[in-house]
Amino acid sequence: MSQVSGRRRRLVVEEDINGITIVNFVDKKILDEANIQQLGEELFSLVDGPRKILLNFSNVEYLSSAALGKLITTNKSVSQAGGKLRLCCIHPQIYEVFKITKLNKLFEIHKDEQAALEGF
Amino acid sequence: MCSATAKQGTIVRGVVWVRVSDGGALEPRINSSMSHESENNRYFGTVVIDSDTAQGQRIQTDIVSFAQKCEFSEPELFAIRLAIEEALVNAIKHGNGSDPSKKVRIEYSIDHEQFRVCIEDEGPGFDPASVPDPTDPEFLERPCGRGLMLMKHYMSLVEYSGRGNCVTMLKRRGEVKEDNGDD
Repeated sequence: MSQVSGRRRRLVVEEDINGITIVNFVDKKILDEANIQQLGEELFSLVDGPRKILLNFSNVEYLSSAALGKLITTNKSVSQAGGKLRLCCIHPQIYEVFKITKLNKLFEIHKDEQAALEGF
Repeated sequence: MCSATAKQGTIVRGVVWVRVSDGGALEPRINSSMSHESENNRYFGTVVIDSDTAQGQRIQTDIVSFAQKCEFSEPELFAIRLAIEEALVNAIKHGNGSDPSKKVRIEYSIDHEQFRVCIEDEGPGFDPASVPDPTDPEFLERPCGRGLMLMKHYMSLVEYSGRGNCVTMLKRRGEVKEDNGDD
């Protein structure tokens, strides 16, 4: 596991050939406050310009409203920087959380990574 | 009635939920064994934690494992975990303001019929009716304010009592809730 300042990273970040930043989550459960705080910091650090960022949720089984808050803030700062944020591979139980809170209308959500990368 | 036959003890200072009359409501009784208890596949107890979400995570994991033993389904366990998480974060951060001198008290009871939990903080309380609808377009981009809505969606019942510093949540096993969401 890679360590940053003694902390385990919460995100795995890679860049595809088209310059799209693809982000995977390390944690299956995005719940604990400290983890969510760190997750937010790592997400915000990606927004250093008009980047295209894809968040792949395939590893994520649980997610709380505090994590949703970080996603909303990230989405705003990506837009302000002239970039784009997309989400994909959201487990049906978690997608329900997006539906209940109507955040499925706020975020651009795709079923799988290939669909999300098309026309990004 | 419960402590004499208790099979399991792990943590904490104890309160036992006792059904005083047949079909009557469960009422808390002080139990000196300071533990989680189980009897006839009913799990119950009281845990007092500091205003620390890491401690909240531990009790959450325990309670979800008890619900699993009581044969709650996977979606129901998801619902229980999420509701406890949201209620504990509300109690620790918004209720107690993360004040290390303040405690959160969690009383729970789980059997094959239902999951029930009361979470009480030492904060000033709040009026749940004053929380704006987070799905209102005006508030959709606010980073907070969704916990209560999720608790209400996933539980059979959510009730505030006291000065608004104590929430009781109940989930009946096998209950089908109408899906009023849209895609």
